[in-house]
Amino acid sequence: MTVPAELHYTAEHEWVAINDSVASVGITDHAQRALGDVVFVSAPAAGSRVTAGEPCGEVESTKSVSDLYSPVDGEVTEVNPEIDDDPGLVNSDPYGAGWLFKVRLDGAGEMPPGLLSAAEYTSLTKEEE
Amino acid sequence: MTDSASQPRRTPLTHVHEQLGAALTDFAGWLMPLRYGSETAEHNAVRTAAGIFDLSHMGELFVTGPDAAAALDFAVTGEPSALKTGRARYTMICAADGGVLDDLIVYRLADGEYLVVANASNTAVVSAALTERAAGFDATVTDRTAEYALIAVQGPRAAGLLAPLTDIDLGDVKYYASYPASVAGTPVLLARTGYTGEDGFELFAPAADAESLWDAISRAGAGDGLIPAGLAARDTLRLEAGMPLYGNELGPEMTPYDAGLGRVVRLEKASDFVGKAALAERAAADPQRQLVGLTSQSRRVPRHGYPVLWNGAVGGEVTSGAPSPTLGMPIAMAYVHPDVAAAAASAAGRLEIDVRGRPEPATLVDLPFYRRQG
Repeated sequence: MTVPAELHYTAEHEWVAINDSVASVGITDHAQRALGDVVFVSAPAAGSRVTAGEPCGEVESTKSVSDLYSPVDGEVTEVNPEIDDDPGLVNSDPYGAGWLFKVRLDGAGEMPPGLLSAAEYTSLTKEEE
Repeated sequence: MTDSASQPRRTPLTHVHEQLGAALTDFAGWLMPLRYGSETAEHNAVRTAAGIFDLSHMGELFVTGPDAAAALDFAVTGEPSALKTGRARYTMICAADGGVLDDLIVYRLADGEYLVVANASNTAVVSAALTERAAGFDATVTDRTAEYALIAVQGPRAAGLLAPLTDIDLGDVKYYASYPASVAGTPVLLARTGYTGEDGFELFAPAADAESLWDAISRAGAGDGLIPAGLAARDTLRLEAGMPLYGNELGPEMTPYDAGLGRVVRLEKASDFVGKAALAERAAADPQRQLVGLTSQSRRVPRHGYPVLWNGAVGGEVTSGAPSPTLGMPIAMAYVHPDVAAAAASAAGRLEIDVRGRPEPATLVDLPFYRRQG
């Protein structure tokens, strides 16, 4: 299981990459392994508001469905256009081509609160096992 | 009867699954491979080439003795006494009220020797029921699950890849027949049975030989595209094939008739059997529910327990649902009221499934979803 050091995480197994005032969001390698083959992602629409800790979509896999939680507050600016045709990108490249959506953060220049570091997320997933 | 507090049991092949990097899960008290890599790839391999499965969690119950046939005729809904040696039959064991305790495959191995294969979650219940029902007969029930590994090789290339490994002509092995055979030097009971909708075989082998047999088949099949397949693929394969799963389509609240499997109940057989009176009554009554197939026009997948809607009202419930790799859309089996099935059928099959609070369009279709060619 990979947990890139430069990313931030949630206890619900999303990852966040923050570049200036824009956060890219996806689900972690741990999450995609637990889900199995992803067949459909319902991501929040561009232009919609998302709130940290609130469900904003669904990830459907062969065996189960799980809610997608927004890690941050802000406005969705972009949804990965490749995922609809090829949801398997979430499995094959969860931190790269499998990104799900981008959010313009409300608090520009501030680090969103409540996120986990790579080390904190790693120990969380070890506890779950 | 399973002790959920204890560690899950390991099969004779669990070590192999760990070496293959499988995702393991506790299934019915056993540590079983859910998937080795992509369950969709495993599913597709079984449809187009072949897959190898560890099914050693299934229960192997032997019924032996001069009255074994009569004891089984009394214990199950079918008529095992009518089976020829070397043949097998799908049947059910019911409670006195007609509710299904388990679905079974019964193999007649010899005069006075039957093998009854039960679901892992029900093996203890079936063993106890068979023992109780055999009490008035000169027959003995023995649970030999721990002595056996069960390896399934399923898919259109299964026969071709096994042929060079075995001493018998697989062309002579009919569907639902079994023979003692040698496969890669291991003595097995080889049966042409399965739970995938494909041609294939199930090999009952001594537990001690399980790893060498698995390895030999894996090597022999690698060039044919054989890959190990886990329980996740097994579930989507059986769902596409319209085969019921105990705990989903079958249970103590259901009779075989509910599941559209009244043919497994032999009301006309000469002997009495447990559940006969209740099942005869049920056979004569108007059905209260009907097992149907549904395909979804949404990409949101129907799952076990989701309500089926007709004109906005609940008219049934999904028992199994999954994205179908072969059809490329979500599929489900559901129990619906017969009036709902009839009404939907007269409206081009259109109804809805409540997928977590949002109705999604679905279509009533004939089962199975998938039938192999030839």
